[in-house]
Amino acid sequence: MSDDMDMEDGGTIKKFMFVNRKAPYGTIYALEALEVVLISAAFEQDVSMAFVDDGVYQLMKGINSEGTELKNFSKTYRALDGYDIEKLYVEQESLEARGLTEDDLLVDVTVMSAAELAATMAEQDVVISH
Amino acid sequence: MLHIINKSPSDRNSVEAALRLATKGSVVLLIEDAVYAATRGNTAAAKIQAAMADLKIYALKPDLETRGLADRVMDGVSLVDYAGFVDLVAEQPNCQSWL
Amino acid sequence: MKFGILVNEGPYTHQAADSAFKFAQAALAKGHEVTRVFFYHDGVNNASRLTVPPVDDRHVVNRWAELGEKHGVDLVVCIAAAQRRGLLDDNEAKRQGKDANNIHPAFRISGLGQLVEAGIQNDRLVTFGD
Repeated sequence: MSDDMDMEDGGTIKKFMFVNRKAPYGTIYALEALEVVLISAAFEQDVSMAFVDDGVYQLMKGINSEGTELKNFSKTYRALDGYDIEKLYVEQESLEARGLTEDDLLVDVTVMSAAELAATMAEQDVVISH
Repeated sequence: MLHIINKSPSDRNSVEAALRLATKGSVVLLIEDAVYAATRGNTAAAKIQAAMADLKIYALKPDLETRGLADRVMDGVSLVDYAGFVDLVAEQPNCQSWL
Repeated sequence: MKFGILVNEGPYTHQAADSAFKFAQAALAKGHEVTRVFFYHDGVNNASRLTVPPVDDRHVVNRWAELGEKHGVDLVVCIAAAQRRGLLDDNEAKRQGKDANNIHPAFRISGLGQLVEAGIQNDRLVTFGD
């Protein structure tokens, strides 16, 4: 089995979608999911992230984790476009149900209706959930 | 797409989310605690019933039996074993797990 | 068909590891290949060589090990997730100055790239988690 340094996979490009449905900080899934996304950038795949249900909370501005001493990883979302990961899809219904708008989010995203997101999900080769 | 759901609809919103984001013609497989969604009268029964118009719904038989639900399955839900689970993943072009 | 499997939770606490194993077992019985099982988040605990489950219950760790040994399934544990949770192999223990190691020899520690690679190289990647 090849190790991380060998990225030669015959040039196969697959559509990878990383689905985020959990709120940040109460569990580690948001943080560890982000770590997979960053690594995927090295493999030159067609990567997107979907934020659904409580997953939309991961993108909120104004995170201050000093009091809980949990590691603040907001800046990692801002670093994504530097890794050419620009397709961040946020489900409109999830935002609205939580009283949020795009203005509450710390990065540029593409807000999609459930129907649009469903169609996008259906086209993916690989969907990873946490 | 094969949508694999593993949590009870009365515990998490995963069944609801999956049904909302599954396109017409998709397949749903209920495993682990999500098999409760396949039983008569469960909290998601109406949603599952409605979804059958557009989606094919399966439940994993070993998980139903493990929970004592084998004789409570809703009409219209098909049962598979682990071999059938593998077939479903192979037959659909892609899959997604709703946790 | 070639399958990759992602296991997000540890043994016993969640059914995820069991469902993943039963799926892998069924896939192999049908003549498919299960090329890699990748353990992430608390899934790394599936690799502990120190588990002592009750004798009348299934031995989750040993079942995985047998899958690796008899069917050549590559059992990979994410190094970052393992370090966080105190799962170290001999090399890692020495590197980190720890006085013990606890990874079962049937598993190997590697990077998240192995998960992305599993998505690229297999026909299907199935996630089992919480």
